[in-house]
Amino acid sequence: MADLRELRRVAIVPAYNEEECIAGVVDELRAFDDGLAIVVVDDGSSDRTADVARARGAVVLRLPYNLGIGGCVQTGFRYADERGYDVAVRVDGDGQHDASQLGAVLAPVLAGEADICVGSRYHERSGYQSSVTRRLGIRILAATVSALTRQRLTDPTSGFQALNGKAIRLFAADYPHDYPEVEALVLLIRHKLRVQEVSVEMRPRAGGRSSIRNFGSVYYMVKVLLALFVGSFRRDIVPLEDR
Amino acid sequence: MTPWTISIAAAIASLILLLVVFELIRSRRLRERYALLWLLTGLVLLVLSLWRGGLNTMADWAGVETYPPAVLFAVGTLFILAVLLHYSTVISKLSDQNSILAQRLALLEQQLEEGAPSRPAGTSRRRGEV
Repeated sequence: MADLRELRRVAIVPAYNEEECIAGVVDELRAFDDGLAIVVVDDGSSDRTADVARARGAVVLRLPYNLGIGGCVQTGFRYADERGYDVAVRVDGDGQHDASQLGAVLAPVLAGEADICVGSRYHERSGYQSSVTRRLGIRILAATVSALTRQRLTDPTSGFQALNGKAIRLFAADYPHDYPEVEALVLLIRHKLRVQEVSVEMRPRAGGRSSIRNFGSVYYMVKVLLALFVGSFRRDIVPLEDR
Repeated sequence: MTPWTISIAAAIASLILLLVVFELIRSRRLRERYALLWLLTGLVLLVLSLWRGGLNTMADWAGVETYPPAVLFAVGTLFILAVLLHYSTVISKLSDQNSILAQRLALLEQQLEEGAPSRPAGTSRRRGEV
């Protein structure tokens, strides 16, 4: 079991107009592990998210315009890959992810049992469960992804993740922009990376507007399922630069 | 009534469209969000070419008496218009993003030559602040 303290580790924090929450998120991460490099990726916020994060001592990557969560998080992965980090965690800038639970999410990765570990709200039922339509949408997605990957995955939309170097390198080169977390799972397994889920509790948003993706919307579901369907036919990754 | 040859030809053409779009998405040369309208077009045309009764009915509604396949062309054309319009908005957005990149690049290069300004590039201000 690798010792976290001996590894170069980074937290990727995507944030879009989270000036109210971001300071808290950064502080929680530092409280969890003071050796953790904290990288806030500002997805073209129009508020002071970047300033607040910088003032809190985080490295800030400021995207010139909004790329969406996929592009935003991939920026963080590129940073992590360029600087050779061994382990990365992703904690969303809206405060839904509780940094104190990172230990559980990191454990399988540090033990070498998984290349990526996802904190799932539905592994066991507890804590914030989100609205009924969202849950139904997530259940449908979970069933689809589980079928495609032949593995029991309960929360395919969760961004609360820990990754090792192999996963970082894959995502730095190729990360879905449209339905990131869901498509990424299929991508990972295509590339023979090992995924595990652990149980976590998430909080409702601490402040600000909710992110746009509406898992209860039929339109969204059609688009994701289409993306998953087509994605299941892909073989190799095609890095953004080579398309 | 629509000649069988037309129904078959239209169906094959629609299928080819759907397959081409599918392959473009699969090989990452076309993003799903821009492909949706194409897929809808292909599906609608496929359905209309195979469902000859439906095509006839639509022709009646439209007042097209002598040549029902005209409806196929009309529907196809309308969808293509929609796709073109959609892509125009996509291009507009890309242009805007391009401008932003160009501007930031110019500012970055200047920074590299002469050192960073007191206020880092891209730092936000509240509206009304100077």
